[in-house]
Amino acid sequence: MEEEIEVKISIPKTLYEKLVKEAEDTGFKDIREFIIYVLEQLVETSDFEGEVMSKEDEEKVKERLRALGYID
Amino acid sequence: MIPRPHGGRLINKILTGKKREILLSEASELPSISISFERVIDVMDIAHGVFSPLEGFLFQEDYINVLYDMRLTNDLPWTIPIVLDVDPEEISGLKEGDDIILRYNEEPIAIMKIEEIYGWDKKEYARQVYKTTDPNHPGVSKTYNRKELLIGGTIDLLNEIKHPLENRILWPIETRVLFKEKKWRTIVAFQTRNVPHRGHEYVQKAALTFADGLLIHPLVGWKKPGDYRDEVIFAAYEALIKHYYPKNVVVLAGLLMNMNYAGPREAIHHAIVRKNFGATHFIVGRDHAGVGDYYGPYEAWEIFDEFPDLGITPLFIREAFYCRKCGGMANEKICPHGDEYRIKISGTKLRKMIMEGKIPPEYMMRPEVAETILKFKDPFVH
Repeated sequence: MEEEIEVKISIPKTLYEKLVKEAEDTGFKDIREFIIYVLEQLVETSDFEGEVMSKEDEEKVKERLRALGYID
Repeated sequence: MIPRPHGGRLINKILTGKKREILLSEASELPSISISFERVIDVMDIAHGVFSPLEGFLFQEDYINVLYDMRLTNDLPWTIPIVLDVDPEEISGLKEGDDIILRYNEEPIAIMKIEEIYGWDKKEYARQVYKTTDPNHPGVSKTYNRKELLIGGTIDLLNEIKHPLENRILWPIETRVLFKEKKWRTIVAFQTRNVPHRGHEYVQKAALTFADGLLIHPLVGWKKPGDYRDEVIFAAYEALIKHYYPKNVVVLAGLLMNMNYAGPREAIHHAIVRKNFGATHFIVGRDHAGVGDYYGPYEAWEIFDEFPDLGITPLFIREAFYCRKCGGMANEKICPHGDEYRIKISGTKLRKMIMEGKIPPEYMMRPEVAETILKFKDPFVH
């Protein structure tokens, strides 16, 4: 497992409460796991002509386009 | 350059992963309403960003703005209200703020937050959107048959509906990736619900001369009796592309969207939707999305004057005819000859020939296209 560092940041209380609720609603173990997931998604995305999509999602789209014969 | 989606961001309201699983497991406990297949299509279009920037069915303020000003409250052009109609008894006991499940054939399609419940005047809707209250107009007739209340609110897609032509349908994110892969910077989109005749081919090629690529975008969805069936349209276009277009300049993809026959307003709607698919230009036909004689032949062109901020360039290409003196396809802007030399390509005449099993003359329809259509036992919608 990759080494972790401890970071302390202040965020608005209402945002924190929303994050806690969202983490619970979406089945994450705790808010820490949820925040790591969100940040990873954000960092791994590319700006794609007005929409943000991950490299993984872009590859999925290409797979379908290949399967349908639109690209080689 | 591929344009940004309408409103700047391609909407994605498709639930995936854990969140979808949790909401699906809770779906049976939430109140639900059944929706028609046409509304399912609207839900899919919202979720996949076809209707960006809409994230759900219109709230009343947006509805009123669209109806009278053809713009959303944030001033973005939008001409066809996307609304969810319900019967009062279907939503008895429900209130604003509640979550409901939208079901089709018992299957949960989407979760919707009811943010507003409001009434509507269907006759006024028809007057504004269709410019007629005549129940013989197919769009007006459908409007009159809709339910009495509207609910506004955001949706999230839980399940995709299987469509017989799903392998023919591409969504905006897919065409955008595709155009990027093809390195196209200018893309002209062509809306159709017909098999191609020589006039269509002429218009498409005239536009393609100045663009990197052509998106032929047949509308898959509700059609009126007498229209060609979707699979016939695709087969006919494949024959045309195979025999008469260079490789790698055309994308043929279906668009799952309802047809309203709202003439000029729908021309703008079609252009906005094609912008979301990544097109830079949109061919607007004479009497585009019209039916009968409810709209003037060039009304669908004139309305674009009101939308300089659309973000996609309309191409007004005049109707093509065969000119015996020119010896080829032409239009009134480039051909000086009189009517005695011009042969108009009539869709009605072509339809009659196809119904009688006859191959139309080559100046009207390519033989490969006609033969493909005639291979179908029954090419028309009933």
